Amino acid sequence: MANMAEMPEGYAGEGFFATSLSKAVGLARANSLWPLPFATSCCGIEFMATMGSNYDLARFGMERLSFSPRQSDLLMVMGTISKKMGPVLKQVYTQMAEPKWVIAVGACASSGGIFDTYSVLQGIDKVIPVDVYVPGCPPRPEQIIDGIMKIQELVKNEPLRRRYSPEYQHLLEKYQIS
Amino acid sequence: MNLSNELVLARFEQEFPGVVKATETGIDGILAVEIDREQVADVLRKMRDDSVLQFNFLSSLNGMHFPQNEGRELGVVYHLHNWVKNFRMRVKIFFPISNPHVPTLTGVWPTANWMERQEYDFFGIVFDGHPDLRRILNVDDLDVFPMRKEFKMEDGTRTDKDDRFFGRDGHEGRSFD
Repeated sequence: MANMAEMPEGYAGEGFFATSLSKAVGLARANSLWPLPFATSCCGIEFMATMGSNYDLARFGMERLSFSPRQSDLLMVMGTISKKMGPVLKQVYTQMAEPKWVIAVGACASSGGIFDTYSVLQGIDKVIPVDVYVPGCPPRPEQIIDGIMKIQELVKNEPLRRRYSPEYQHLLEKYQIS
Repeated sequence: MNLSNELVLARFEQEFPGVVKATETGIDGILAVEIDREQVADVLRKMRDDSVLQFNFLSSLNGMHFPQNEGRELGVVYHLHNWVKNFRMRVKIFFPISNPHVPTLTGVWPTANWMERQEYDFFGIVFDGHPDLRRILNVDDLDVFPMRKEFKMEDGTRTDKDDRFFGRDGHEGRSFD
């Protein structure tokens, strides 16, 4: 039983356990994220190591990578995104169903990195909202896993209805995503 | 018989008298000749078909921008390769930025198609007669020719880049001398 997910706060008694629905849903979501790898360069190679047997992202309930945005919960952007790729990335993001989270892996996805040039997007947060940034050039698998665990914390603690909140709508409007 | 720079120049004198405006040999030993852009399509086609020169392959084609050379700011270099004798040479043309028109070579080497699109994309060199002169690498709605030196290399929306770490100290006032 050592590998069970941690129990959320709640009220436990003989033969029953009571907690809030959003905590139960958060627990389920956090431990069954389906990531969509959007890998364009070397950070993608680090991600492959992260998925491999040494680091094994499957331990976090991410056994199943989703290569269709329609079925994924977590967009992992790993690598340099050129301006020409920007609209493609945005389309992939809009195709994902709510709830969805985004992790920017590496310096390029976070800020453009070393590519101080007209053709490279200076961070994917110019086109889509980002939940967690992982620094590094490229980050080691440990760092990617750390970012994933930060995402899991977000997922666990997110109120069930946050995605309908005016703040979230406003955020999407800012990116001209409806 | 193997080709040499001297042989090629002699053949040029024989086949295209007066066409070569200048010659130079790079540190790689490869001969470069400068010709007029009006003659470029004609001369290069003949260089391909000539029984001695046999430059049957266009390895590359690239644009240049030298803002300080008034009247010949833009240029194109054609890198030619003779596969029969494994011999290479370059042909250069220069022209004013106000009139960036060059005849296309797509009829001579189909491979020139994408190369010319690239030079249009980056330098705004218009290849007259090109079947499909669109941008090839940059976003379609880009309104600059980024390799021209009047345009900044950097992204205009950059917020967290420090010039010092990119070897661009005080680049705003950079001159091109």
